This record gives sequence, structure tokens and C-alpha cells, in this order.
Amino acid sequence: MSAKETGVTAETVKKIARLSRLHVEEDRLAHLADEMNGILAWIEQLQEVDVEGVEPMTSAVEMAAPLREDKITDGAVREKVLANAPKSEAGYFVVPRSVE
Amino acid sequence: MTDFTNLTLEGALAGLKAKDFTSLEITEAHIKACEDASELNAFITTDYDNARAAAKASDEKLAKGDGGLLEGAPLGVKDLFCTEGVRTTAGSKILGDFTPQYESTVTSNMKRDGMVMLGKLNLDEFAMGSANETSYFGPVINPWKVDDNLVPGGSSGGSASAVAARICLGATATDTGGSIRQPASFTGTVGIKPTYGRCSRWGVVAFASSLDQAGPITRTVKDSAIMLQSMAGYDPKDSTSINEALPDFMAACDKGVKGLKIGIPKEYTMDGMPSDIEELWQQGIKWLEEAGAEIVHVSLPHTKYALPAYYIVAPAEASSNLARYDGMRYGNRVAGEDLNDTYERTRADGFGKEVRRRIMIGTYVLSAGYYDAYYLRAQKVRARIAQDFKNAWEKCDALLAPTCPSAAFPVGRPVNDPVQMYLNDIFTVTANLAGLPAMSVPASLDKDGLPLGLQIIGRALDEETVFAAGAALEKAADFKAEPEKWWSA
Repeated sequence: MSAKETGVTAETVKKIARLSRLHVEEDRLAHLADEMNGILAWIEQLQEVDVEGVEPMTSAVEMAAPLREDKITDGAVREKVLANAPKSEAGYFVVPRSVE
Repeated sequence: MTDFTNLTLEGALAGLKAKDFTSLEITEAHIKACEDASELNAFITTDYDNARAAAKASDEKLAKGDGGLLEGAPLGVKDLFCTEGVRTTAGSKILGDFTPQYESTVTSNMKRDGMVMLGKLNLDEFAMGSANETSYFGPVINPWKVDDNLVPGGSSGGSASAVAARICLGATATDTGGSIRQPASFTGTVGIKPTYGRCSRWGVVAFASSLDQAGPITRTVKDSAIMLQSMAGYDPKDSTSINEALPDFMAACDKGVKGLKIGIPKEYTMDGMPSDIEELWQQGIKWLEEAGAEIVHVSLPHTKYALPAYYIVAPAEASSNLARYDGMRYGNRVAGEDLNDTYERTRADGFGKEVRRRIMIGTYVLSAGYYDAYYLRAQKVRARIAQDFKNAWEKCDALLAPTCPSAAFPVGRPVNDPVQMYLNDIFTVTANLAGLPAMSVPASLDKDGLPLGLQIIGRALDEETVFAAGAALEKAADFKAEPEKWWSA
């Protein structure tokens, strides 16, 4: 699908907000759609660039992915890991029920 | 008596070493200056007690003739760097009272070298902005002023404002699309973004991982070299950290530009750019020529596509990086009807408007069916932009361009179109996309008396030439202007 065929609708915004895990009130959807369309229309100029045969850039500086020995270098810091938890108990994070 | 806040970092370090004054003395002077400048809103969190303790510890080392590169210098840290035991907010509500249990590698290096940290500096929320107006903790005010209060630029607005107001000797900053160089230009300070991978990203709150890079904001080029020497270095905890020996950045400042070829990229101009900036650029060319550089004209034909490519790549990476803020392990949580509702309400409440906008754009361009049209194409355009630079390096050693298309603008200027705000980064974002080192040097005042910067962009890993050319510009420009101190209590 080419970017040109797209156009963000209120329905799309609802879907994107859902994927983004962002609560959006119904009455904001149309405005957000306009805003996204404005930005996407500006981005559309990238279609002019000839990218035939160009490899996508994957890293800013050419270097091989470094490997290291597979051994534990950190850990056993449960208190520290839990120190900023909104809710914790008995060494665990406490989260809302996710399975009924 | 010396006013210790008038010292450069270089001067302060020399004075400390010579025992002309103590770290505690200059730290107290800066604490007082910080307190007087509360109106600038440069700090989110101050940490004066620990600063005094660190100053005393530095004085003990200095008394014995010991001490590291930054020993005893009172500095500020952008509140994007995690600091052990000191609240770190990233300028966002969502992190709540998050208090890191670890230290970022960059600040850890600086503490190893004797930094006295005055506190954590304000910034755009998650470093997303060009005016420091998206911070949950309110806008930062530029010490430079014409009638209205002006923005200091962003996202490292607190860092730039604090250095320009002389309330810290230097500050850390980060640059994803221009967030070091644009505020440096707006505040008459020096800022360098080194080559991607020079400074470890470990412990720096992530925005767009393939673009984020830390660097200093200071009053002089030499001060930037001193700070970067401490901040940079290989770190196995960041898989994109460069495993190469660090050059001597301070020595590079004295190299001069004799025999260097400086490229002038003709595309670094835009409609509606004030004539002052065009004139300053021409003046900069003359300065470098007079200092012995050879000027060559080059073309970077894909420049105009850098910003739109950035506004795909950066939001895409941000949407992924910011997925971690779910209210479960740290930060604020807003209870909802079920787990998903809790996530959605936590994130809608905790993230500001610009951050939500970028998460949505990023999610959209990465979503099924659109990936090739947007993200993949943007990464190919990015390769084109990087190739433009590689072609330029056949003809020259560094590039000279304006840093920004405008001087600082008033706080609260209405932004009806987000794209208008994005254009602030039009000349800076290319170096991020290509991973190149780039520096902004204050060079003159515009017709309203506001500072303007010139930018030097160098080859990957060649910060030395950037420092050499930056220092030559600094010397020729002889920029001594200072903001009038209107904020003092």
C-alpha cells in the first residue's frame, strides 16, 4: 500500500490510540485525525526521493554488533528493582488482575 | 574578590588546581546564583546538600594535589540522565517521583572525574521539543530578553539557560535532532553533539535510540572539550558504544584551521530566514578563510528530506521506547476498569500532548501495511542523506552552516501547526540522521540583540576537526556579549 492512498480518519485514530495504549475521548478523535493528516501530508514529500536499490540505514556508524560472553553480569538487586514500584508486596510487583 | 560565576570551566579548574579558591567557595557562589535565578525555571530538582558534600570531598583531593579532570567544578545535569538517589523526571509527569537506583554511564564518568552536581536541569518532555515548552515542569526562560520572555530552545533548554545565566559552569545535554545545538544557538553558548556512539546511552532516558547522543553545553569551545573528554568513552553496557580510543579534544582546540578544507553546503538556507543569519554565515566563511582554511562549495542534495525522514524515524523509535511507561514497575499509575484501561489512563494522564502526538505518529508509521511506505522508505532516505555527506568528505574536512533558521522567539508563541515548530531543527537534524559530530558556536547578535550560532559538522569520529574549526570561529567571532542580569533577586 502506498502512503498516498492513506488518510487518517477518526476510526483510524481510535485504532492507533488503542495500539498506543492511550486513552482518547471520542470528541478528540476528529481533531487528532486532522493533526495527523497534516503531519503525514508534509512527510509525503519523501515519495519524491529515488530510493531504488538503496539499502535502508540501520545504524548511524558502521560497526559490527558486539558479542560478549554469555554470563551473568548483573542481578540479585530485587530491592532496587522494586524501589520505584507504584505497588509491591512480598518481593513482587502488584498489578491489576489480567486473567479472569 | 573574583565573582566565581564569571569563571569559565577551564579557568575554574586551573584556579582550583592552583588553590586560588576552593571548590566549596565556587560551589556556594553557584548555589547562590541558582537560587537567585529561580525565575528562569532552569532546574527541576536541585541537590545543594550533596553538591556541598561533593565540593568538600573534592577540596580534600585537591589539597593533596589529586583529583580528576572535572575535580570540584559545579555543573548541571539534564534531567534525562539517571542519577542514583536523585529524582529523574525526563520532564514528564509519568515518571512521578522515580528515583534511579543506578547512575548513567555519562554522569558516572563525570562523578569519577570530580563533578560537583548542582541539580537536574529542565527539558522538553522526553526531550521532544524545540522550545522547552513541553516540560511538565513549565517552560524554561532564556536569560536573553527583548521585551517578552524568550524560549531558550530545546530540548536541552534548562542546560542552555543555566550556562548562559552563569548559574553552572557547564551542563550535560542530549541531542536527537538538534537539542544541544539549537538551544546553544538561542542562548549564546557552545554545544557539541559528538559522533553517535561516543557517549554511552546507558542510563539516559531513551527517546529515539538510533539518534540520541549526549554532549555538553558550555560557555567556551575549550570548556566543551574538557567536559566531552570526561563524558565520552567506550561502555560495554551500550551495544552502540564506539570502542575506539578517545582523541585529546582539548589539544584539538589549538590545532587551527590552516590547510583545512571547509565545505559550504548551499542547501542550508530556507525561505523566510532572517538576513542576519545569511550575513553571519558569509562572515563565518570569511573568518575561517582568514584563519587559513580553504573554502569549497558543496552540495548535499537530500537536505530538504532530512526533517520529514526524522519525523518518521524519531516517533517510530519513540513509540517503541515509551511503551515501557505502563504504570506497573515505576512512575505514576492511574487505576482503570481493567488492566488495559489502567494502561490507557496511566499513559493519557502521564504523557503531555506533544509526546502523545509522537507516540501516535510512530505507532501509525510502524503499523501493519504502512511500514514499507513510511519507516522503510525513511531509513532509505536516511542512507541517501548519509551518502550526501560521504560525497562531501571527498572535497572537504568539515562543513560550515547556520545552526538554526531563527533566533530565540517569545515564550507562549502560538503553535497552530506542529510542523512549524519542527522546522527549528532543519539545519541540525541532518547530523543526527548521519551520526556525525556537530557543534554550535555563538558568533554574533542579530538586529534585536539576540545571539546567533554557527554550526560546524565533521566526519564521523573526527571531533578533533570540529573542535579545531569551532575554536577558530570562536576566536574570530570574539563573542563577548552577555545577557543583562534582569532575573536576579
